Amino acid sequence: MSQATKYETVVGLEVHVELHTNSKIFCGCSTAFGAPPNTHTCPVCLGHPGVLPVLNRQAVEYAMKAAMALNCEIATESKFDRKNYFYPDSPKAYQISQYDKPIGENGWIDIEVNGETKRIGITRLHLEEDAGKLTHVDGGYASLVDLNRVGTPLVEIVSEPDIRTPEEAKAYLEKLKAIMLYCDVSDVKMEEGSLRCDANISIRPYGQEKFGTRTELKNMNSFRGVQRGLEYEQWRQAEVLDSGGTVVQETRRWDEAQGKTISMRSKEEAHDYRYFPDPDLVRLFIDDEWKARVLASIPELPDARQARYTSELGLPSYDAGVITSSKKLSDFFEESLNYTKDAKAVANWIMGDLLGYLNANSLELEDVKITGQGLGEMIGLMEKGTISSKIAKTVFKAMLESGKLPQQIVEEQGLVQISDEGAILAIVDKVVEANPQSVEDYKAGKDKAIGFLVGQVMKESRGKANPALVNKLLLDRLSR
Amino acid sequence: MSITIKDVEHVANLARLELSDEEKGKFTEQLNAILKYAEKLNELDTEQVEPTTHVLPITNVMRDDTTRESVGVEKAMLNAPDEEDGQFRVPAVLE
Repeated sequence: MSQATKYETVVGLEVHVELHTNSKIFCGCSTAFGAPPNTHTCPVCLGHPGVLPVLNRQAVEYAMKAAMALNCEIATESKFDRKNYFYPDSPKAYQISQYDKPIGENGWIDIEVNGETKRIGITRLHLEEDAGKLTHVDGGYASLVDLNRVGTPLVEIVSEPDIRTPEEAKAYLEKLKAIMLYCDVSDVKMEEGSLRCDANISIRPYGQEKFGTRTELKNMNSFRGVQRGLEYEQWRQAEVLDSGGTVVQETRRWDEAQGKTISMRSKEEAHDYRYFPDPDLVRLFIDDEWKARVLASIPELPDARQARYTSELGLPSYDAGVITSSKKLSDFFEESLNYTKDAKAVANWIMGDLLGYLNANSLELEDVKITGQGLGEMIGLMEKGTISSKIAKTVFKAMLESGKLPQQIVEEQGLVQISDEGAILAIVDKVVEANPQSVEDYKAGKDKAIGFLVGQVMKESRGKANPALVNKLLLDRLSR
Repeated sequence: MSITIKDVEHVANLARLELSDEEKGKFTEQLNAILKYAEKLNELDTEQVEPTTHVLPITNVMRDDTTRESVGVEKAMLNAPDEEDGQFRVPAVLE
């Protein structure tokens, strides 16, 4: 029996998302990314004695918003606790977090894998402060500490152990990211560390109810890395069990370059965090009025948009899923629809030419200049017959680079489609006379020759001749 | 509940404190005395009483999300025992 049919994998994810407030959670230092080391610090976030933290209201509201979007119950009474540990990234030697009264609990999100929808439970979402950044100097004689990031507000989102495959883990992260972007609570840039993910993974024989011994995976720096790390670890655990061994409960680090997980040999004792209520922060009461106000600020979320695109606009579910996976793309799509009614055409251009271009050049939508209005108007010009689909490709490319509207591009570059029969006929005559061999081939029954002749006419017209007319007039001319 | 020498050693280790045998004995005794004193509370019925996390009758103290000038890296480094390029330098921490 292969491992895949013998063992079932059980995964739970812990995701940290940085909230994009202007200032830190407990002091007024800026949270901007990329500042020179230790320039965004003050006595509060440096952990100097005698200072007092004051909670950032916006951070609480972002956390509530995120929790509501994940279908969590929102606490009426919440509080902050100290999580104690010694590590140079934490100058106070404790992190302010939430232990037993998190902002949100008992939520869920739906993910889609291989066309099937699956619900993944969210155990809890709590608010806490981020730690600093350590870099290890060459030669390994010392580490350097930058405390700019200390105090950046984070939400930690803990899933139920409902995830069964590495693909589901990736789909869960993608959905989580989309929801955070729709809610506008975080930039969710994994490369800047504004989304980080740890995973708990165990395996058990199919049919067994009790979970196997789990390991915790760290250092997975991309969604792909999470998937690969989990794939490796489920294989590793199966190898251990198959060779008669037992899985050790431990923390393991994913090594992207080596493509494997490595034991961190951390002492279990280090996990004795001795949580206790932070006496410097008073309790937080969230009344119904506050909850209602935050709830009203949540926009239409990706699942709702996807459903609307299929039911009201008639898009295939796949197209609707691709477009709503990113709020920016989805907003772009909706802007286009202010200028054309053909939703399917807009979707095709987005999924084909636009995403194709972005992926091929590793760009994001905001890196190109095309607007939803531009795409919508371009499709309008095609509908009116002003430009052909071939010219549309040229216009589209020009819009990506210049951001100009299609009408202007068409005028500046003289791209208006030629639909005047006389003008096209003149070109057809010229091409027929210049290519007697192809004409003869066509008349001898070689249908391929017609393609060549059409191509020559299009070339002669610099792509501007109406292709349907060219076909018709050429066939007329040859059958004479 | 009583505290053993092992508990004292565990807590001292978590706090990165090095204690002599004599200190371990002394602290075990003292911690037990404190716990014994607190045990008096068990005489009361607290079944219907919410655990107290704060004694102040204040809630929801918050600030607006506005930035304030930071102290600057020179001042931030004044308390650094060791520094390099505007960063705190500490003994190598490897995971």
